[in-house]
Amino acid sequence: MNKPLRRIALFCGLLVLALLVRDNWIQYVQADELKSDKDNRRVIIERYATPRGDIIVDGKPITGSKETAGSDFKYKRTYTNGPMWAPVTGYASQAFGANQLENIEDGILTGNDDQLFFRNTLDMLTGKEKEGGNVVTTLNGAAQKAAYNGLEKQGGKGAVVALDPATGAILALASYPSYDPSSFAGNSTTTDTEAWQKLQKANNDEDPMLNRALRETYPPGSTFKVVTAAAALENGLYTGAGQQTDSPLPWIMPGTTTPLKNEGNIPCKNATLREALRVSCNSVFGKIGADLGNDKMLAEAKKFGFGEEQFTPIRSSASVFSDNMNPSQTALSSIGQFNTAATPLQMAMVASAVANDGTLMKPYMVDELQAPSLDPIEKTDPEKLSQPLSSKNAQILQSMMETVVKDGTGKNAQIDGVTVGGKTGTAQHGVDNSEKPYAWFLSYAKLADGSSPVAVAVVVEDDSAVRDDISGGGLAAPIAKSVMEAVINSKQ
Amino acid sequence: MSSTTNPPTHHTSTIGAIGTPSRRNTELALLAFAVVIPVFAYANVGLAINDKVPPGLLSYGLGLGLLAGVGHLVVRKFAPYADPLMLPLATLLNGLGLVVIWRLDQSKKLNNYADAAPRQLLYSAMGVALLVAVLIFLKDHRVLQRYTYISMAGALFLLVLPLVPGLGANIYGAKIWIKIPGLGTLQPGEFAKIALAVFFAGYLMVKRDALALASRRFMGLYLPRGRDLGPILVVWVISILILIFETDLGTSLLFFGMFIIMLYVATERTSWIVFGLLMSAVGAVGVASFEPHIQTRVQAWLDPMREYQLSRAGTNDGILHSEQAMQALWAFGSGGTLGTGLGQGNSDLIGFAANSDFILATFGEELGLAGVMAILLLYGLIVERGVRTALAARDPFGKLLAIGLSGAFALQVFVVAGGVMGLIPLTGMTLPFVAYGGSSVIANWALIGILLRISDTARRPAPAPAPSPDAEMTQVVRPS
Repeated sequence: MNKPLRRIALFCGLLVLALLVRDNWIQYVQADELKSDKDNRRVIIERYATPRGDIIVDGKPITGSKETAGSDFKYKRTYTNGPMWAPVTGYASQAFGANQLENIEDGILTGNDDQLFFRNTLDMLTGKEKEGGNVVTTLNGAAQKAAYNGLEKQGGKGAVVALDPATGAILALASYPSYDPSSFAGNSTTTDTEAWQKLQKANNDEDPMLNRALRETYPPGSTFKVVTAAAALENGLYTGAGQQTDSPLPWIMPGTTTPLKNEGNIPCKNATLREALRVSCNSVFGKIGADLGNDKMLAEAKKFGFGEEQFTPIRSSASVFSDNMNPSQTALSSIGQFNTAATPLQMAMVASAVANDGTLMKPYMVDELQAPSLDPIEKTDPEKLSQPLSSKNAQILQSMMETVVKDGTGKNAQIDGVTVGGKTGTAQHGVDNSEKPYAWFLSYAKLADGSSPVAVAVVVEDDSAVRDDISGGGLAAPIAKSVMEAVINSKQ
Repeated sequence: MSSTTNPPTHHTSTIGAIGTPSRRNTELALLAFAVVIPVFAYANVGLAINDKVPPGLLSYGLGLGLLAGVGHLVVRKFAPYADPLMLPLATLLNGLGLVVIWRLDQSKKLNNYADAAPRQLLYSAMGVALLVAVLIFLKDHRVLQRYTYISMAGALFLLVLPLVPGLGANIYGAKIWIKIPGLGTLQPGEFAKIALAVFFAGYLMVKRDALALASRRFMGLYLPRGRDLGPILVVWVISILILIFETDLGTSLLFFGMFIIMLYVATERTSWIVFGLLMSAVGAVGVASFEPHIQTRVQAWLDPMREYQLSRAGTNDGILHSEQAMQALWAFGSGGTLGTGLGQGNSDLIGFAANSDFILATFGEELGLAGVMAILLLYGLIVERGVRTALAARDPFGKLLAIGLSGAFALQVFVVAGGVMGLIPLTGMTLPFVAYGGSSVIANWALIGILLRISDTARRPAPAPAPSPDAEMTQVVRPS
């Protein structure tokens, strides 16, 4: 009987061997895949197992963590001034995941990033609890507050973006109406789920969770004339602010019998570029667009960043300037109507490129990633994105925009002792322009030493205002002014 | 055996039996490790979860030590030549099982487990008591041979119990438990396993020649005669009936596999293996084609992620979808090579049966690949000692019984560990000694008891030969 016994022994050995091989397969070969599977609850348990690192503005955290009971998630995210900062932080919810900075920099915030590997190994050996690193932003608390309060006071939907023209650092990024990410940071099926449901677009016409500063595109209206003016100068159509343009009045759009109307009876016939921008002549800039043609206008818009998503690192939507348009459509597009649509970030980039003598810097909001010990891990270096116009033409455009604020439609943005350049816009939209227009204002401030610390774009949609009252100068310019003042004051 | 020419110096020709060391001291030393390792593990869990040495450490250590000590003393007294490894191996597995069960008791998610560990310690004590009883009252395993057919009747009775209305309990689709009011549930299949092994050993010992020799040769295989096929067919039908009525794939596979192993050892005919595999394949596929419970298990094995999503979505199509297969895989994967450390994993996400059928997943997550391989090798060693006992046994009944019990043990470990790790479809079975469950622990301690008894008989020095009558001195009859 011993021969079959030995074979059975071999068979039992094979059974054990099969188990060992399978164990190696799932615990070694497939281990990482299983461990980081998005449905594996351990991933989020881990995310909330230690206090998350903080997102920092002006050296102070705008986020926090608090210990919770009765759940396998140990810590819950808290936010200081949540609605104001929501377009920057995004949310980190135990039940609903994370987005924006909370998601993009999750590795640093949880302390799991590969760049922290060595430190974590050291901590494990010394028995220290794992900690998250910090994300230091470029934002300016005072400017953000001015932007958010301005929008809140206005009461309508809107957004503000402020940039540092010299570096591209984002100084303010506000969207209104907003939401408090603290309200659904936990995983309670009653309070948190209810708060989350209430904020969803399907249940809320205001759509508070939309990041209007980066993700909503609006027709830019007259503010786009800055781009058109840059195209005229860059392509040599006109060479100076004081040169008279070839602009008949009324100007019939090519291929149609329709004249391109101006707002009211303004002196647009053969006006100089400076005058045309000051009073915002549709006929002049429409004709410039038509004269240059679709391709040249598109090329210039692209240099300003149109048609590209920006990663700040939060992704922004791509702004639109269409291709394959006929001359009359190009003319309408060149005054910011027809298909043209831009995010507030995009228009702030336009203002900042002009203010920075023609150099467009890549917008960014993360200045530095810090290890839990506050040692820097990674610092963002300002990066040039493009050169939409030459330094000489940029200065011509600056003087034109400064005239707009000095004695044009942008008087509301004047600041004592500071040179301000700007452009108003009132964009009509909807079928037959039936819907409430958007009020735009984009501007920059220039200090006595010639440096420009801030460029701003503001867009406000006011459902409650009378249509005629809406103009960029009236609604949006005061907000831009307070943001610029906040930045200038914080620099001093 | 006998030596007719030698002077009566009690020499024998059975070399292997001369002065066989009893190895009882080896066993004692190993037992010390088998108690100390789980005690450290227990302290480790307490430190990891509550940052302090658990207050129950002393009573737990004393309890386990007492069990090991009593087992050792009884073996020393009643089975002095028994295999020295089995008792320490079983004690170590039992101890580690207790630690992990206690660890899962601490989980807030599984608060219904609250006091599973103390109960398991009680069951372990009952198991060791049964081992002691076996060693004391079963002086010679061959006595069991007398109870061949009673064992069969007993096994069948135990197997039918869960089907008796009012007595059986259907727990998550498998009807393998009976309810004992006031005591909890009992899995009679665990005890039936031993009774069946006794029956097969007794039956095959008598019938093996008929089964082996009376056969026809066909395509290189020896085919048994029709009438000799009877018993194997009966066992096959019983297995299939278990599968259908109790929807218990694991037990069915276990019994049939055990029978085939013993049949093969008894007859030395490879054809039985071929037959056995064919019949189990036909049976399993046949039943799976109409039994939804089995189909679900197979689907969960092929695509655990899909079952997870169906379960999460609350799909209600009359079939119980379970996310456990996927949760177990995540637990293993998250453990990685070295594991998270005892008490620091999240295997409680598995939920129901995390401390019984799925307990290996907790080992996988918290002790990692290294820990699970160690556990599997411990099982491999127990099986190896069992097979060695079968090889050493001097009587065919002992050989058959030992290989039957060890083979069944190996199959059970394979079926449950393979199921939890996703190697084969999952079937509800307990991992011997480690998993929570009274029936399993008690029955497996009894199984070890029988193996110890057989090995004791096998390794015991042969009795001194009867002195040759020729060599005896002439009887002196004294007048009174």
